[in-house]
Amino acid sequence: MLQRLYAAAGVNEVIEENMDRKTIDLWVGIFLTLGFGALLFLALKVGNLGSERTGDVYTVEARFENIGGLKLKAPVKSAGVLVGRVTDIRLDADKFQAVATLSLDKRFGFPKDTGASILTSGLLGEVYIGLEAGGDDKKLVQGDRITITQSAVVLERLIGQFMFNKAAEGPDKK
Amino acid sequence: MINAIRRIGSRGIDTIWRAGAMARFFWLVLLNSGMSFRRLHLTVREIYFAGVMSLVIIMVSGLFVGMVLGLQGFETLQKYGAEETMGVLVALSLVRELGPVVTALLFASRAGSAITAEIGLMKATEQLKAMDMMAIDPIARVVAPRFWAGVMSMPILAALFSAMGIFGGYIVAVALVGIDPGVFWANMQSAVDFRYDIWNGIIKSIAFGIAVSIIATFEGFDADPTAEGVSRATTRTVVTSALTVLAIDLILTAFMIRGL
Repeated sequence: MLQRLYAAAGVNEVIEENMDRKTIDLWVGIFLTLGFGALLFLALKVGNLGSERTGDVYTVEARFENIGGLKLKAPVKSAGVLVGRVTDIRLDADKFQAVATLSLDKRFGFPKDTGASILTSGLLGEVYIGLEAGGDDKKLVQGDRITITQSAVVLERLIGQFMFNKAAEGPDKK
Repeated sequence: MINAIRRIGSRGIDTIWRAGAMARFFWLVLLNSGMSFRRLHLTVREIYFAGVMSLVIIMVSGLFVGMVLGLQGFETLQKYGAEETMGVLVALSLVRELGPVVTALLFASRAGSAITAEIGLMKATEQLKAMDMMAIDPIARVVAPRFWAGVMSMPILAALFSAMGIFGGYIVAVALVGIDPGVFWANMQSAVDFRYDIWNGIIKSIAFGIAVSIIATFEGFDADPTAEGVSRATTRTVVTSALTVLAIDLILTAFMIRGL
């Protein structure tokens, strides 16, 4: 009895195995397609791979006395609209100035006398570079330098200055 | 007293011995994995059992985890008036952490235990020995395809888990809370970086896949060839995998954060 049961099970297994081959391939195909679909979804819809435009940009340099909390990939905004990103930050060893390289979208041409300032969105928000367009007829081109810059406001320095002023005027008021 | 110390000593030696045996086993599997690519249908079959069969549990749990994250995140975020960043919270926690880790834990208990039980039973019924007698290397024929199937399935399952979770978060955010879909996606896209967040998550899931698969196959191969031994080995697979996955996660996260 038991042996017949085993034999029956064994025979069924063999048939099942042969039938399964195509079904298994199909299912694994579906599985892999789903998986790569999910990866694509993560990369394009969730991540920033889809919105990253690297082809049509031009880079300009901006020098600052102090960049504060500016980081790589920080947004560059003009009138609040994203127009580019900070692609490189380094220190000019001669002048001890920070040099930020901005890559801007080719669609937006800015006048030569555009000013760049380091701003913070909100009190604790992200640090970004704001561009204020000037009135020059000539446009900024690849490799140009933005000369009108305004450094970051360092909160600690501001507080320090405030306290220093208070202390300086302190004795008179007493 | 002496006996107690002796027991600790033997436990320690046993643990180290097992770790060494597993490392050598890992090396053997790598050396003998030619067949699993030359006869690809062996691996494809195991991908079916390890990956496709785990699809339902992974996708459903991903959806639920994403929805729970959305609801819990909303509770806290609305205190700061930052409900709009819910998408960021859901996406980052899933892609960086929960996706790979929870998938690995589920994969260890769904597929890892099955692999251990299967190989352990093959050993108990002396099928492995029979193969050896027929000059078929059981590691190349039985172990390696299962190992590679697990390694390949894990990243795909983790990606599906994250995708489903984000979809669940989207349902909660848009349908329940009433966040604008455009804002939901835009905030997410500006915060999630492909290289640092998604790619690191994929690396994690591959590492977990290797760890879980090698533990599952080793425990099966190493099991006592009795019914009790197989059951013990299956339990050990789940426990060891869970611990190893979490330990690897800590180490990888520490490196990834510092590298950032």
